[in-house]
Order: sequence, then structure tokens, then C-alpha cells
Amino acid sequence: MPSLGADMDAGTLVEWHVAAGDAVKRGDIVAVVETDKGLVDIEIWESGVVDALLVAPGSKVPVGTLLATTRTDGARAQAAQPPVLPPPPRPPLRPMASPAAKQLARERGVDLAAVHGTGPHGAITRADVEHVTPSPAPPPEKAEARRERVEEVETPREPRPAVLDATAMRRAIAASMARSKREIPHYYLSADIDLSRSTAWLEAENARRPVEERLLLAALLLKATALAARAVPEVNGFFVDGVFRPSSAVHLGVAVSLRQGGLVAPAIHDVDARTVVEVQASLRDLVGRVRTGRLRSSEMSDPTLTVTNLGEQGVAAVFGVIYPPQVALVGLGKPLERPWASGGMLGVRPVVTATISADHRVSDGHRGALFLAALDGWMQKPEAL
Amino acid sequence: MNGAPAVKVTYREAVRAAMREAMQRDARVFLMGEDVGRYGGTYACSLGLLDEFGPERVRDTPLSEGAFVGVGIGAAIGGMRPIVEIMTVNFSLLALDQILNNAATLRHMSGGQVGVPLVLRMATGAGRQVAAQHSHSLENYYAHIPGLKVLAPATVEDARGMLWTALLDPDPVILFEHATLYGTEGELAEDAGAVPIDRAAVRRAGRDVTVVGYGGTVAKALEAARMLAERGIDAEVIDLRTLRPLDDETLVASVRKTRRAVLVDEGWKTGSLAGEICARLVERAFYDLDAPIARVCTEEVPIPYPKHLEDAALPQPGRIVEAVLATVGGRG
Repeated sequence: MPSLGADMDAGTLVEWHVAAGDAVKRGDIVAVVETDKGLVDIEIWESGVVDALLVAPGSKVPVGTLLATTRTDGARAQAAQPPVLPPPPRPPLRPMASPAAKQLARERGVDLAAVHGTGPHGAITRADVEHVTPSPAPPPEKAEARRERVEEVETPREPRPAVLDATAMRRAIAASMARSKREIPHYYLSADIDLSRSTAWLEAENARRPVEERLLLAALLLKATALAARAVPEVNGFFVDGVFRPSSAVHLGVAVSLRQGGLVAPAIHDVDARTVVEVQASLRDLVGRVRTGRLRSSEMSDPTLTVTNLGEQGVAAVFGVIYPPQVALVGLGKPLERPWASGGMLGVRPVVTATISADHRVSDGHRGALFLAALDGWMQKPEAL
Repeated sequence: MNGAPAVKVTYREAVRAAMREAMQRDARVFLMGEDVGRYGGTYACSLGLLDEFGPERVRDTPLSEGAFVGVGIGAAIGGMRPIVEIMTVNFSLLALDQILNNAATLRHMSGGQVGVPLVLRMATGAGRQVAAQHSHSLENYYAHIPGLKVLAPATVEDARGMLWTALLDPDPVILFEHATLYGTEGELAEDAGAVPIDRAAVRRAGRDVTVVGYGGTVAKALEAARMLAERGIDAEVIDLRTLRPLDDETLVASVRKTRRAVLVDEGWKTGSLAGEICARLVERAFYDLDAPIARVCTEEVPIPYPKHLEDAALPQPGRIVEAVLATVGGRG
């Protein structure tokens, strides 16, 4: 059982994607584990053949428990689980590269592990890095907003070499975020939202559901965000050519970070019109496919509002940078038990800090505040979501 | 160049012409040292000057470097512009106390009241089978000392032009003349004169690697560059000219362009000027480097007497080529 977070002591094996005798290769998703934070796909870090599955679905086991064994070609049985700490993404030996090459690789987001070195003792030189990324990024001013978006979202879909993926993505993120901070007058609001009703409702609801259909807080928050956006349309849509174009549909972009660095924010369509169960299914499906690089193009186009959730990383609150031409970004922190005064009484309640970064050209703080209030309101009546 | 016709002169003749011009232009200038008068100089640099300027201005001294360098310092403090010749840098160590504790220090210790406008000329370097006590390259000893300027003319233009600029300096200046250069010939404009002493010179422009030399190693670096060109490697050769203060800008600009540096220094590698230059390049151009900086220095032995061992101990074009090839790596 891998540690999927610093505070994780145990996890529940929800399902196996493989059986004894199956051939697996490094990076395959072999199992799904449920943690306090949700369902997580477990990748395997060794190629070989599954020897035996040692933990049955539904079992909750401590971090470090042997989940399965695999045989490699040498017929040596090995633990299938990844190391307790997430393994480094690179091979243990750093590629030898000159300072000039490293500098350029940093500037262009090139992974040196994928560059062929022609310098002394095979070291990577600046010219070798230039060979991989022949031209510097175009100035962001010249790139159309839509093109930037397409450039970013196409990257993970196409089976190009990893080095190009990371480069193009970093470049697109750089162009887009720089443009955002240059053009969009952001304002930022935050509100602490009492989650006790939502979590109580989830507990009751999940008690009568089979494990694989259990609902997660994240799905509730997404649905509530979509409904709040419908109530305050100034946060949902695009600012194009000096004009705000509100969107009648709410397509929530969900920011998902990639293991190799960078992030994508594919859309879950029509979140306001879907059930929580459907939203959760979409979310789980989406995250799984983002991590394995199998996104659908429809998901990559036109999120009308983006949600970033850094709660899994333990962040209390996130004030994000709006993704142009969108006009707002909703940030969710880690749900924590906090002292909470209500009705003259002090109690301990689960609380999340929700934020909104919004475009002051389109809306004012008052409207942003209404959005957060609407989000809060929906989280207080989860049964209506 | 200014268009004046060029003539072939030896380095020795250029040094002599520089001293003659200095004594003609400024009555305060005089030459002092061992055998500089009747014998005409150990390397014949001052041949004929005694007859031309007389024993007051071309003075033979006893074999006591500490004494005559001290006399030179006193004369400089007293308003003269002495040129003091020391036979080799090995012997200059006898005068190191005068040079470091007096010449380089008095302006500082007198709060600026006492300057020492002294010019010291001395031969340096190996290659003539005169064995360990006459062959070392100790320029770095002097380049270490604040208060001194240290020059290394490698061409006939610099041999001709650096002396006058040095005499104009209000503080002590040391000129190192590599002993193998005296007999070398070069083209010199008939009206050649003073040259700046604050910049290094790019003696050969190139793209692929910067080879740095000074004094006796410049010609070797240029020969190496010629050999490298046959293999398609375009080396830039920099002549330091001034060893203190070092011209960081020229060095850094070149390495920013070529991304590689090979430093050639006839001093021993440990504690060498090449080590100092390496450190400066790492400090100022680290992120421009595409290969470790290489040094081609003298083997860490007293310079041997037998020719084959002396040759083996010194930086040679072949060793410079090898160092460049290792630095350039697979692309060469």
C-alpha cells in the first residue's frame, strides 16, 4: 500500500485491474485505492507478470502492506507496490549536462533525461538542447488566446516524446498565465464554508451505497460550484475582444496536475445539469485519463469556469490565476476540522476555504461575494444538489 | 593600423626602440640593471644605449637585486622614471621584499602622498635549456599583489608600445618578457608607438573554444588553433597582455560566445594564473559553459635541463590541441 500523502496511514483496496498471470508494464494502473481524499489509481513501477494478489478488494490495510507480487523475466518474485514514498520520476543517475545546457533546458522546460548528449564524455551541451527545441517560445502577445488553449490541451493527447510534451505545455502555461496577469485585473475573495451538513449527508448516503458508488466531497463541491455559477453568470463565460460573453452552460474545467509536471484543466460538461453521481463518475474518469494521457478533445475545449483544488496537498486556501479568456477561477483548499462558532456555541466542524479570483472588468467584488455565498448555500443543502 | 609602412623587427629590437624613445622623450627616464650597459644587456636589449645616452642614464649595477630595485624605488619616489631590468624572474625573488613591501605598498601606507612610478622589466620562462634556476614562470607571484600592474607583451607591437604607457603610470608596473620571444620577428609599423595596457586582445577570432594564453604561450596557442582548424574546430585565441588587473570583460565575452575555455599558462598549475582565470570564468560565466574549463600548464617539476624533458614539461601546441578536443567532445 503506497503512501499517497504525508498524512495517510492506511488505504482501502477498492478493486484490482489485474489478475494473477497478467503481464504488466511500468506505468500500468493495476488497482484502485480509496483514501480519505478519494479514489486513487495505483500505478505499477516494475514490468513483469503478476504473481499473486495478496489483498482482497474491500480490505483496509496500513501503508507499507504488500499488495501483490510480480515476476520479472528473471522469475524473481517482487513486491508489486511502489516504494512507500513516491519514487523519483527520473532514473537515479542525473544526466550529465553542461551548465549552459541546464540553463537552457530550464528556460525551455526540457527534460534532460530525454536529450542525447554529444559533449565531452557524452555530456549534454547547449546545442543538444537547442536541437530538441529548435525555436524559443513565441511572444505571448502574438499568440491568440484560443491557440494557446489548444496548444496546451493537445499536448497530453498526442503521443509525442515526453520531452516535447513538457516543453510545449510549460510554454503554453507560461504564455497563458503571463497574459492573464498582464491583462486581467484580478480581485480575490475567500469564504470559509461549514461542511458539516454536507459531510453528514455524504456519510448517510454512502452507508447505503456499494463501495464503488460512494460519493466524494469533491463531487458535491463541483456541483455546488456549477449551481452557484448559474446564479452569478458574471463568473461563467469568456472575455473576448473587450466584451464579456456569458455562457448559458456551465462547463467546469478541473485543474489536474501531471506527474511529469505541468497541468491540464479539462472540462466536465454541463455540471449544473448533472446529478452528483454523474459528476463524480465524470471526475473520476477524467482524472484517470488525464494521468494516463487519454483525454478527449471535447473535454479540452471551452471550460467556462475553472476549479482548482489543492486540498490534497494540504493547502488551506488557493488564490488562482484566471485562465484566459475565462473570467474567474474557483479555488478549494483542504477540508479541515476547525473551531466554529454558530448560534452562540463553539463547536468543531469540517470547514473548507473557498476562494474566487475574478476579472474586475466583468464583475465587482459584490458579485464575487454573491457567488461564494451561493456556493456556501448549496453546501448547506446537499440533498438538493 | 594607421597605414604607415610595416617593417620586420625582432622583439629585442622593439624593446630597445621602446627604451630609446622613452629616454629621448623624458629626461627623467633612465635604465638600470645587471650588465645593461657595457655588455648591452643579458638579452642584448640595451645594446648601443650606453653609447647613445651615457653612463648616467644607462647604469650597470652590482649583482644585488634587492639593492638596485630598492635604488629604483627611491629614484621613482624622488621624481625619476626608472626602468629597472632584472635578468630573470627567478632572481627577482631577491627583490620581492622591495617590490611587495615598498613599491606596491607605499602609496597605500602614505595615504596617497608617496607614489612609486617604477617600471621593472624582467625575462621569464623556459625553453632555452638554461635549467631550473633561470627558467621559471612566476608572473602569478606578482599578479597576486595589489598595487602592481603586471604586463606580458607577447608581440612586437606590445614590446614596442607597452613600455611608454607603463612609464606614464603613477604606480609600479612590471613587464614580463618571455625569453624565447627576444629573437622572434614580427611586422611593426614604422611609426608604432604606445599601446593601451588595460585590455586583453583577441589574436584570432573563433566560434568553438576560447584558448587563453599570454607571453610565451600566445604563439603556441595560435599554432594549436591552426592545427585545430584543420580538424574543423574554430578556436578563438586571447592574449591576456595584462596579467593584473585581468580583463574579465574580454574573457567573459569570448567564453559567452564559445562556451568552452582552455587556459594555457607556463606557470605550474597549482595556484596558477590559469586557476584564477578559471575561477573568474566560473563566477561570471558559469551558465554559459558547455564543458569543464581545461588548463594546460607546466608540469609540476623544476624546469628540467635536457631538451626532451624541458619540452615535455612545458605547454606545447599538441597538448593544447588535446585539451581542446577533450573540451569540445563529440562534436569535434
